[in-house]
Amino acid sequence: MTVAIPLTISEALDALSSNPDARLIQGGTDMMVEINFNHLKPHNIIALRRIKELRTWTKNTDGSITIGAGVPYQEMETGELKQLVPALAEAARTVGSPQIRAAGTLGGNLGTCSPAGDGLPVLFAVDAVVHLQSNEVSRQLSIHDFMLGVKRNARNANEIITAVTIPVLNGWQGYTKVGVRNAMVISVASACLAVDKPTKSVRIALGAVGPTIIRCRDAESWLTQQFDLSTSTKIELDLAKEFGRRVALESKPIDDHRSTAEYRRHAVSVLAQRLITRAYPS
Amino acid sequence: MNDPIGNEMYSLHVNGQDRAVMDAWVGESLLYVLRERLGLPGAKGACEQGECGSCTVLMDGDAVCSCLVMAATAVGSEIVTVEGLVEQNPTMAVTAHAITSQVTDVQQAFITEGGVQCGFCTPGLIVAVHHLLDKNPDPTELEVKESISGNICRCTGYGRIFAAVEAVVQVRKANS
Amino acid sequence: MSATKQDVRSRDTLGASALRPDGVAKVTGAFSFSSDMWAENMLWGATLRSPHPYARIISIDTTPALLISGVSAVLTAQDVPGKATYGLISADQPVFASEYVRYMGEPVAIVAADHPETCRRALEAIIVNYEVLTPVVDPELAMLSSTELIHPDGNLIRHQHIVHGDPNAASDITVEGNYTIGMQDQAFLGLEAAMAFPDSGGNGVELHIATQWLHEDRGQIAACLALPEENVRLVLGGVGGAFGAREDISLQVHCCLLALRTGKPIKMQYSREESFFGHVHRHPAKIWMKHHATKDGKIVKIESRMVFDGGAYTSTSPAVLINGITHTQGPYQCDNAIVDGYAVRTNNPPCGAMRGFGVVQACFAHESQMDLLAAACGLSPVDVRLKNAMRTGDKLITGQTVESVAPVERCIRETDAIPMPEPMSQKANVLEFPGGSGRTADRHNIIRGVGWGVSIKNLMYSEGFDDYATARCTLSDGVASLKFATSEVGQGFVTLAPQIARSVLGIDEVVLETSDTQIGSAGSTSASRQTWMSGGAVDGACRLVRERLFEHVGKLHNIDPIRLMVENTDIIDTVGTFRISVSDATQGITISETFEHHHRKTEDLDENGQGNCHVAFAFVAHRAVVDVDVELGLVKVVQIATAQDVGRVLNPLSAIGQLEGGIAQGLGLAVMEEIIMDNGRVKNPSFTDYLLPTALDAPRVVAIMIEEPEPQAPLGAKGIGEPPCISVTPAIVAAIRSATGKALLRVPVRPQDICL
Ligand SMILES: Cc1cc2nc3c(=O)[nH]c(=O)nc-3n(C[C@H](O)[C@H](O)[C@H](O)COP(=O)(O)OP(=O)(O)OC[C@H]3O[C@@H](n4cnc5c(N)ncnc54)[C@H](O)[C@@H]3O)c2cc1C
Ligand code: FES
Ligand code: FES
Repeated sequence: MTVAIPLTISEALDALSSNPDARLIQGGTDMMVEINFNHLKPHNIIALRRIKELRTWTKNTDGSITIGAGVPYQEMETGELKQLVPALAEAARTVGSPQIRAAGTLGGNLGTCSPAGDGLPVLFAVDAVVHLQSNEVSRQLSIHDFMLGVKRNARNANEIITAVTIPVLNGWQGYTKVGVRNAMVISVASACLAVDKPTKSVRIALGAVGPTIIRCRDAESWLTQQFDLSTSTKIELDLAKEFGRRVALESKPIDDHRSTAEYRRHAVSVLAQRLITRAYPS
Repeated sequence: MNDPIGNEMYSLHVNGQDRAVMDAWVGESLLYVLRERLGLPGAKGACEQGECGSCTVLMDGDAVCSCLVMAATAVGSEIVTVEGLVEQNPTMAVTAHAITSQVTDVQQAFITEGGVQCGFCTPGLIVAVHHLLDKNPDPTELEVKESISGNICRCTGYGRIFAAVEAVVQVRKANS
Repeated sequence: MSATKQDVRSRDTLGASALRPDGVAKVTGAFSFSSDMWAENMLWGATLRSPHPYARIISIDTTPALLISGVSAVLTAQDVPGKATYGLISADQPVFASEYVRYMGEPVAIVAADHPETCRRALEAIIVNYEVLTPVVDPELAMLSSTELIHPDGNLIRHQHIVHGDPNAASDITVEGNYTIGMQDQAFLGLEAAMAFPDSGGNGVELHIATQWLHEDRGQIAACLALPEENVRLVLGGVGGAFGAREDISLQVHCCLLALRTGKPIKMQYSREESFFGHVHRHPAKIWMKHHATKDGKIVKIESRMVFDGGAYTSTSPAVLINGITHTQGPYQCDNAIVDGYAVRTNNPPCGAMRGFGVVQACFAHESQMDLLAAACGLSPVDVRLKNAMRTGDKLITGQTVESVAPVERCIRETDAIPMPEPMSQKANVLEFPGGSGRTADRHNIIRGVGWGVSIKNLMYSEGFDDYATARCTLSDGVASLKFATSEVGQGFVTLAPQIARSVLGIDEVVLETSDTQIGSAGSTSASRQTWMSGGAVDGACRLVRERLFEHVGKLHNIDPIRLMVENTDIIDTVGTFRISVSDATQGITISETFEHHHRKTEDLDENGQGNCHVAFAFVAHRAVVDVDVELGLVKVVQIATAQDVGRVLNPLSAIGQLEGGIAQGLGLAVMEEIIMDNGRVKNPSFTDYLLPTALDAPRVVAIMIEEPEPQAPLGAKGIGEPPCISVTPAIVAAIRSATGKALLRVPVRPQDICL
């Protein structure tokens, strides 16, 4: 075998267990760059793009939704998925270009696990669950346990990421990312904020400012104490600013050719302040 | 080290025809196979990492970067390149001065509105614009900009390209 | 713009928006770019490059690569039969590094193999032993006599001093600043590519190449191959943009060497990453500038010191430097000046030509200074510029008189009269805000700013260089065919040349022959020169043909040829009733003439930087309106208003394309484009991290073309390619300053420069 194009997950798992060194490819938007740039020379390939199960999403009885690992971003940008998970729609719309969004997927974003991945802060903010399946077992892992570091995750070599389950929250949510160009740009710093009114919780997750996505739990719980998330409609500027400042304290940015640590820290404080103000504008 | 690099054999469905690919290396992109193996150099490569859009083709109805498609995994997909657009799109009556060949309305507008300079970005943009207008016949200016934001043009600054899209929209509206 | 523009064109003569003759091929994908070529039995070529900015090569072992099946040749410095080095001005750049590598990415070896992937494997198999050395990357340091020489020719590529008028002239006000310009890349879309076909005997080669200057390439290639020039034939391959980056040799010699060695056609093409190492860039520069002025804002004296980082090899650095320092004053009157310019060798990537050629750097400094001056004497940016605006007959700081039409004041006034954009509408989409699809800004975070930039740019080559152009016109049976070696890189000379022939000869059908070295040189497609130079050559050749046609017709019909003229598509007797169509008049005959166009002579600068070194000048004004998210430091350019001195518009559609395209490149330098260096290493050689403006970054351009025909120019038209990208950069930065109050002394402006 060199290239397998299975039609079902179980076919794919069979192919994987008989070729443990095989590489999975979905949209190819990360992997083909690796190959074209001579960083990866694959021998065996399992292409997942024809597996229908991976390209669908469903509503679960508990109100959450489960999105197949092979659903392209362009489907998340509009329609019912946008209604249910607006932050994911906003994040999806910032990914690359329309061409990238027609091919790229959450499965690939999770497979690559770059701290600059735009899908990941959303998954971290809503406490998503990643579905992994091997020929032997299937397991579900919290996103917080799934991403381990820069381009490192908890997937075993014999597993396929099949889907993510996303709780549908009741409250404002949004995503925002800083890039130096108005489109098609990799994140310099990003943030996803989601409010859940029934549980009076606010969640904020940061991208591109640490080795993994960072949930700012201290800032979150601080704000919960300062502010009634379920009944308030407007947040005062000072409070929003202080929230931003606290969020930035939890970031762990570095200097690189895309930006500086200092700017990134500043940026996430501004983003957090703006997101919470969008959640409670008036 | 001395294993032959290419032994993949498969068939792709391109511009309505089945095309055999022989002795290919598994890592070859669709862009490479179209250009170097199938004699279809219309799609251009300017980055091979999805950042320029010059290699845009239609795959199962989506506009994608062919440099990011592993060719061997595109078996069974419907692929349309810039070379195949004229057949897919009923040609317009072409009367303009310098234009004598058959081109689509989008292609014609790129010429008459000055959307072509060096022309390297052009095939990818033509595919992207056809795709846009098929899905959204009357896009706003912003929708046009967003939908071609993955197609870099270094020569024109985009002004004449916007004009070309606008011209097609107007002509199509008038004709419908 | 309406789709029916062509209806008003009755004939595609000068002044009409004639359409590109290669348009159909380009929109259908049939146009053959140099990367599209393919040949039976061809092999692929690839280049091994140095991973170090500075190192000594201890040994190279190519045998492991030669053992790989499918590999046909591996060549290094010792395989170069002729001259070991090349270069446009000074042949100081090796075909392959042999003893030292002097910049990251310098070629060390090349391979030919049956597949690009085999090539990659072969490159990985070559073993090079380096002794890594500490790179010299700071030009100031490199210039010091105590610094080690990184090249036998020395570290100072050129120093030029200018002193003009009274260096001690006194004034009321001074303003000064230290400005930094980052390294910009031309980033043409069509990557370097070529195909070489060896002659069967092995003592000649035909190279199909995307280049700006076929004849210059040929000379350099032939010398390295040790072949007579006539055995090296160059044919222009389809060129996907150039912007200066195809003026130097990149893969030309390598491709020919492999073809001659293997006896097979060789295809070489760079990847984008390789392209960042394979061609020269815009010089990063540091400029100190001090303006002395009267208290009402009239410039009295300018002092400046400019340091251009030339990188490891000379390329065109000496000429870029001269362009920079001789444009210190900008489009303003200035009687007294002291300027020193230095082009310095370092272990950074070689820098050379890019659209604007040294003037971009100087302009960022002088326009920033003009705004400081305006502030210091309480004038508006417009008034301070009007007050100092240069006119025809004024003297440059080189002592040269500006004989060109110089409508600087008109450029400024007409730009100023262009309506400002509407304020941001309540319905504006977040995608139009600074930050765009990242949805970073809310409306109240955004502040609008306005800024100005005005520039002067020399046209053609300078300092005594005779960059002539050649063209041949052959008229037969009502069809003109034109032959020239001019590189069409996208600018539209292939559209213009037939327009000229139609205007002069009264025919409609014009055939363009292949651009190759089978005719005299056309000079380079650069320096805004081809419309003037090759246009002049085509015009001249067509006029010679017309003269002979008149003689022929006169003889046949017994009319003094002096009485004949072309009217539309007929030849008429201006004093009689005789009339014959050109098509009928040329049935069965063939008239062919070749013409060389030379511009007027220029001179070298003397040791005080005085001399008539430039041919002619063009001017332009830009006004930028930007929206800034001040807190995050993100910028969206909303509108660019411009009025450009073009001499005469020969093709409105082509002209607006040059203006809009140049503006986008200037915008790139203002806010996003920079090759980031770290101790001699390029950190961002890819389109992921070297950002070019997208459709969502493009501003609305409102352009006015000022038509005051230039008497010196053969068609009355000035070059229009470079001016659009020069003063738009400082205009955008000035607009950001006006929105933020920050000093912003470097381009590109980065978010942290604005908000931290
Ligand atoms: C031009 C360009 C711009 C981009 N811009 C952005 C951006 O703005 N934001 C962003 O987040 N990303 C961006 N990306 C990166 C990329 O598009 C995303 O990470 C995308 O989500 C990858 O999805 P894919 O399906 O294409 O992945 P693939 O390339 O197919 O796979 C990526 C990795 O995941 C593994 N994998 C894929 N599917 C599975 C699965 N089901 N189970 C297990 N492993 C799997 C693969 O083996 C591989 O290692 C960009 C990429 C390009 C080329
Ligand atoms: S070559 Fe595919 S996007 Fe650039
Ligand atoms: S026309 Fe040259 S890149 Fe678009």
